[in-house]
Amino acid sequence: MSTAVNENAAGWEPLIVAFCCNWCSYAGGDMAGTSRMSYPANVKVIRVPCSSRMSPMFILRAFQRGADGVLVAGCHPGDCHYSTGNYHVRRRLSAFKRLVEFTGVEPDRFEVRWISSSEGDKFADEMADMTNKIKALGPNGKMRDARWQNIT
Amino acid sequence: MPRTGVFICHCGTNIAGTVDIDKAVEASRNFPGVVHADEYRYLCSEMGQDIIKKAIEEQDLDRVVVGTCSPRMHEATFRKAAAEAGLNPYLLEVANIREHCSWVHKDMGEATPKAISLLRAAAAKAALNTALEAPRLDVEKRALVIGGGIAGIQAALDIAEAGYEVDIVEREPSIGGRMAQLEKTFPTLDCSACILTPKMVEAAQHPNVNLLTYSEVEEVKGFVGQFDVKIKKKARYVDSVKCTGCGICWEKCPSKAPSEFEMGLAKRKSIYVPFAQAVPNVPVIDRDSCLYFRKGRCQICEKECPPQAIDYEQQDEIIERRYGAIIMATGFDQLDPTIYGEYGYGQHPDILTGLEFERLFNASGPTGGKIVRLSDGKPPKKVVFIQCVGSRDKARGMNYCSKICCMYTAKQAVLLKEKVPDAKSYVFYIDVRTAGKGYEEFQRRAAEEYDVAYLRGQVGKIFPEEDHLVVRGVDSLSGRLIEINADMVVLAAASIARCDAPEVGRLVGINSDSYNFFNEAHPKLKPVETHTAGVFIAGACQSPKDIPDTVSQASAAAVKAIGLLSKDKLQGEACTAEVNQAECSGCLYCEAVCPYSAISPVEIEERYHGGTLKRTVAEVNPALCKGCGSCTVACRSGTINLKGFSNEQILAEVDAICLQR
Repeated sequence: MSTAVNENAAGWEPLIVAFCCNWCSYAGGDMAGTSRMSYPANVKVIRVPCSSRMSPMFILRAFQRGADGVLVAGCHPGDCHYSTGNYHVRRRLSAFKRLVEFTGVEPDRFEVRWISSSEGDKFADEMADMTNKIKALGPNGKMRDARWQNIT
Repeated sequence: MPRTGVFICHCGTNIAGTVDIDKAVEASRNFPGVVHADEYRYLCSEMGQDIIKKAIEEQDLDRVVVGTCSPRMHEATFRKAAAEAGLNPYLLEVANIREHCSWVHKDMGEATPKAISLLRAAAAKAALNTALEAPRLDVEKRALVIGGGIAGIQAALDIAEAGYEVDIVEREPSIGGRMAQLEKTFPTLDCSACILTPKMVEAAQHPNVNLLTYSEVEEVKGFVGQFDVKIKKKARYVDSVKCTGCGICWEKCPSKAPSEFEMGLAKRKSIYVPFAQAVPNVPVIDRDSCLYFRKGRCQICEKECPPQAIDYEQQDEIIERRYGAIIMATGFDQLDPTIYGEYGYGQHPDILTGLEFERLFNASGPTGGKIVRLSDGKPPKKVVFIQCVGSRDKARGMNYCSKICCMYTAKQAVLLKEKVPDAKSYVFYIDVRTAGKGYEEFQRRAAEEYDVAYLRGQVGKIFPEEDHLVVRGVDSLSGRLIEINADMVVLAAASIARCDAPEVGRLVGINSDSYNFFNEAHPKLKPVETHTAGVFIAGACQSPKDIPDTVSQASAAAVKAIGLLSKDKLQGEACTAEVNQAECSGCLYCEAVCPYSAISPVEIEERYHGGTLKRTVAEVNPALCKGCGSCTVACRSGTINLKGFSNEQILAEVDAICLQR
């Protein structure tokens, strides 16, 4: 599992880290599961209490460690379990996306999405869309910490 | 190094069907810190839980990872099992390998590596988990109701009946609110005072209810279970213990001012009770119009008062009390229709709002209950009612429907016909909305039996001509222009939030919608709760409401408050934010983003070059914090962390997931 894969070889599969808020998007992922709505296994979900918990540091670290795409998902604006968290993250991460672009990473590798707990179909669609988009972009070469690849 | 145990559930074939369990167990054994790995067919069953408990004890595990269904499903189950084996429940992590893995991927080739990846992330996080305690909070077994209208009275009586103390804070000199201003109530036409006054008296006499009238809430501190509230009891200049409510003072008082209760249509004395059935029946002196306070002479009330209850030296009093729960029942206002220039409100005495017209029916109202024109005292023969004045008006007023106007207009038209049998009513409407028990039937009766003409359309202009008002409008069904020579016009002005609702909301830490009505926590499932634990809302302060809905909501809010007060201790949130005060620069950006006002500045002393240094830093109140973590990102020095979802834990998960690269 831990051996570095040759990304240029045929059969390269992107790695996408999805940070989902506990109350809407993570529950939306559960709903996708309950409804057996299939999406690519390239996506791995990390649960955070609220999308406003998302520090840019987490996203940068994912890119450094070799993620090809990062998705942050929260409740729809106005529906935040904590009232205003997603308004904060909307502002913070739209500014952050400009920074991602500035560093040379294609801005499409990073997305913020609003997925409610009832939108299992939307969850599956967004994960599939993201995977397809990243597949088209190819492996992320920027920001990778080369030292990390040798650690088993 | 932690001693982590990993337990993987088959969930029958739900997980085992697409995840190679043996492979996952084998892989788990190689995760850092893992000393034990096992699997079971149904881990959530009692047998399954016993496997975990036994392993914790026998293998001396200090961390547990379960690879099961979603943590939203069974995290609580497994945490409880861990706790039963003597492990702090927060040392357990769940890897969601069912909803997020086995159910959404097609085959073992896809799902197995992903499940291992998720398990590795959970183990990496668990290694950094710390034992957490949810704070146990005390509950002051007393409730505060802000607003003494029908909502506040009903909520207070319900709480009092359940055996808890309750204080009602009312800004006006008497409780009663808007309902006290009404003559009759739809759709049954029972007299408003007849059904309200007994409730007011019951509230005043109930041993558990304490009325604080002519008082306002000044400050609210604290949190659920322990709200520390400062209430300003405004000076009445009348000793309410001595006063017998005999009424000699207001009979003799020589100065007058417009009566707020009568919507300014009549005058009251400078020492007054707002209406005859006021509770408490203790007058107040209005300093702005009182001769003594303005010019230093008169003092007739003092001379005439038999029990010598007048006290010009009385001062505002601040009462400080602690409450476990707060119910907001602050009611509503009526829109001032002067912004609608075409209706001419304020320019002619015979153009009234619905609430002003209501007062004309009342026997103790400005006309003694006679329906007459305020201009010449003659009974009106033609009355035009205009609906939606400010409601459902995106351009100039409010987008929403005020809900009560269709019904009270039908009621007033019926009452008018009964008082002035040869009167004819015309109602200009957009839609007639009569949802409610017995409402449609009542409105139909008004139209069919009481000769009320309903005209679908809007009024474009009203102007005086000779002794009447010309109302020009359009009937949108026939497309014809209509001109009515009316004797009186009644405007159904929109019900709006109290003008100071946002400030009052901020006092208790609840927010308002774009129209300044208080927000409920969930529009369907939490209609009386707010985002601030322990604060509930009832009545028209949440949205326009009729009396039955208001009373139902008040009782619902009371039940929520009673449920809270009945607990001896409240369980707080364990995963709360935490400030490293040594590193905190005191910028307090965190305070600004906290939706729960859980962060506040605190002054600390530090040793510095042999002396002590005082500086301001942030402090999190764990009782208020709900653990969203927004502050952790706002913190410039990265010195706030969230317990249970710390930076280190989330980064460890990222690293573990990315390890396949």
